[in-house]
Amino acid sequence: MPILRVHNMSHDFGGLRAVKDYDLEIEMGQIRGLIGPNGAGKTTIFNLLTGIYTPTEGEIWLDGRRINGLPAHRIASMGISRTFQNLLLWRHMTVLEHVKLAHYSKIRYGLFGAFFGTPGRNREEAEIEEKAVLLLDRMGIRHLAEQVVHNLPYGAQRRVEMARALATEPKILLLDEPTAGMNPEELEQIMEIIRRVHGELGLAILLIEHRLKVVMELCERIQTLNFGAVIAEGTPEEIQNDPEVIDAYLGRESVI
Amino acid sequence: MPLKERISRNLSASCSRVPLLGWLCGALIAVTLERFAGTPVALALGLPKIPALFGLDIMLKKPILVPNAVLYVLLVYGLPMGVTTRSSISLTNRLAALLFRFPIAVTVAVHLALLYATLHLWAGSSDYRALVLKLTLIAVMLTLSLNVINGYMGEFSCSHPGFMALGAYCASVFTVGLFVDDQLFGAVFLPPALGPFLFPVALILGGFLASFGALFVAIPSFRTRGDYLAIISLAFLFIVKSMIENLEFVRGPRGLSGQPDWADLPTVFLWAVLCVWSINNFVRSTIGKALNAVRDNEMAAGAMTVDTRRTKVVAFLFAAFWAGVAGGLFAHVLRYVNPSTFGIQNLAEVLAMVYFGGLNSVYGSIVGAVSISLLGEALRPLEIFKWIIIPLLLILVMIFRPTGLVAFKDLDVTSLLRPKQNQGGKV
Repeated sequence: MPILRVHNMSHDFGGLRAVKDYDLEIEMGQIRGLIGPNGAGKTTIFNLLTGIYTPTEGEIWLDGRRINGLPAHRIASMGISRTFQNLLLWRHMTVLEHVKLAHYSKIRYGLFGAFFGTPGRNREEAEIEEKAVLLLDRMGIRHLAEQVVHNLPYGAQRRVEMARALATEPKILLLDEPTAGMNPEELEQIMEIIRRVHGELGLAILLIEHRLKVVMELCERIQTLNFGAVIAEGTPEEIQNDPEVIDAYLGRESVI
Repeated sequence: MPLKERISRNLSASCSRVPLLGWLCGALIAVTLERFAGTPVALALGLPKIPALFGLDIMLKKPILVPNAVLYVLLVYGLPMGVTTRSSISLTNRLAALLFRFPIAVTVAVHLALLYATLHLWAGSSDYRALVLKLTLIAVMLTLSLNVINGYMGEFSCSHPGFMALGAYCASVFTVGLFVDDQLFGAVFLPPALGPFLFPVALILGGFLASFGALFVAIPSFRTRGDYLAIISLAFLFIVKSMIENLEFVRGPRGLSGQPDWADLPTVFLWAVLCVWSINNFVRSTIGKALNAVRDNEMAAGAMTVDTRRTKVVAFLFAAFWAGVAGGLFAHVLRYVNPSTFGIQNLAEVLAMVYFGGLNSVYGSIVGAVSISLLGEALRPLEIFKWIIIPLLLILVMIFRPTGLVAFKDLDVTSLLRPKQNQGGKV
């Protein structure tokens, strides 16, 4: 049974249909790619899956539960986590605080503990911190734990975002252009991290990416989107040779 | 200027080795000295009496006495404090290290006891000092609670005087109604001996009423982000004020008086400590850090499982609660409240304290509240011009330090209290 199933999802912005009859099924442990030219609706699909927008039509099922219409934080705590294309970090907070905060929905000590610093709260905060440090270690940014994020270089900020997304302990990770703006060296590193995270945690991953190298190497299946609709779906080889995809990216060959 | 540089480096190096315990002991010795030798020193320096607020109060009234007042402050506070802290560095460090072997609560209690003793001795010499001190402590509570909304959460709330008024009136009605033979509320219900025990109940009720009022601001304004809170909370402030002005059973605009004299210095101090402690606990917990996340990027906060709406409402009600408690204390310190106290002027004062001291910082709120309160008292002889100087100062701070004097700094109790020097002499 697929962990995430999207059926006939559409979304309108005013009169514009940004996403048309989108279907998706991801099994546990799969890496799927989502490509398409700028403005094709890729990020909108992510926003729909994570509850930032509510779909105009269609259904989203996570692990057998219908989740469309739920608020973003509920969906996130049910197991869909994401990164953002343009890095939405909290600029005054440290790296460690970012990762700790992603445990928010699992905190048990409640408001009383927060106000009065009960022993239970201290114990739990220590547990959260321990987990967070482990995760930072795994992402190779433990030495940055006490740094405020807006002082960090771009590549490190990407890793912080990824660490934060993983700290919510998701079943599915949505990565929105994880390699945007990176140099070839950083690119290799981030791909290595994605592979490792996937191997160790057995997550399902849905990836938006512009660099074909990344998509072709990582993904098992790829969907190509243009004007909000899926125009091709298949393995990397099939997609690479699909005439529709070539048209969407390069334009139709014109007859002189 | 190598000599000057060397002196300043020496000075800052020795200062950084003094633990908080050392400063408190020094201050305690200075105020004890003032208690016994203050009057003769003041008379010898040609001052009419002990300067009440570190000489600040004299400076504008009689500018000719400024050098004498400065000399007094140096002789009575500066010199003894400097000498004792400097000479007892190793002793106080050893004491602080000893205290650290006990649970942290013991260390905190010892420091608070020293602080209270200092304040008590200082305020003991005149009623004016005691009043200024109590009002300053209340200002700290107000500023800190407003900082939770305007600093930590990054919204802009204008309703703090309104919450204060709700707390002040609720607590006053409770105490005056139950314990005072009053024309309005009739005879005494309970023996006055019970009073001091039920006073906390009155304050907490006031806090809850303020929180309840805050709910009416929070529900409509936290649906979305933006300027709504500023507008709705300002409206709330006016509604509360005119509601009280028209309530005849609390005597409307004439104000309510006759509150029993229960807000003495220890009580106010204790409540202020409780307020600082609980707010600091809150903003340092992961639940409280969610406020910063909501401020810096609400969408990312939601995507990271943070219930943004709940976070905002909880913080707002919590801040309102402390504003209500502060209002209750305020009413019992002055033993009179009237609705016009809780207007725009009061709002401006609290906002100035928050932005002057620094956003997102417990230290900042304390610094802001204390400095603006003292400055307000010092500039009192200028009367209305006070309200030109303080805003000017605020503008200067905004230009040179846009987030305030001590912004974005966590108050970490352990590192504040720890000994500043190891046994081996290493810093």
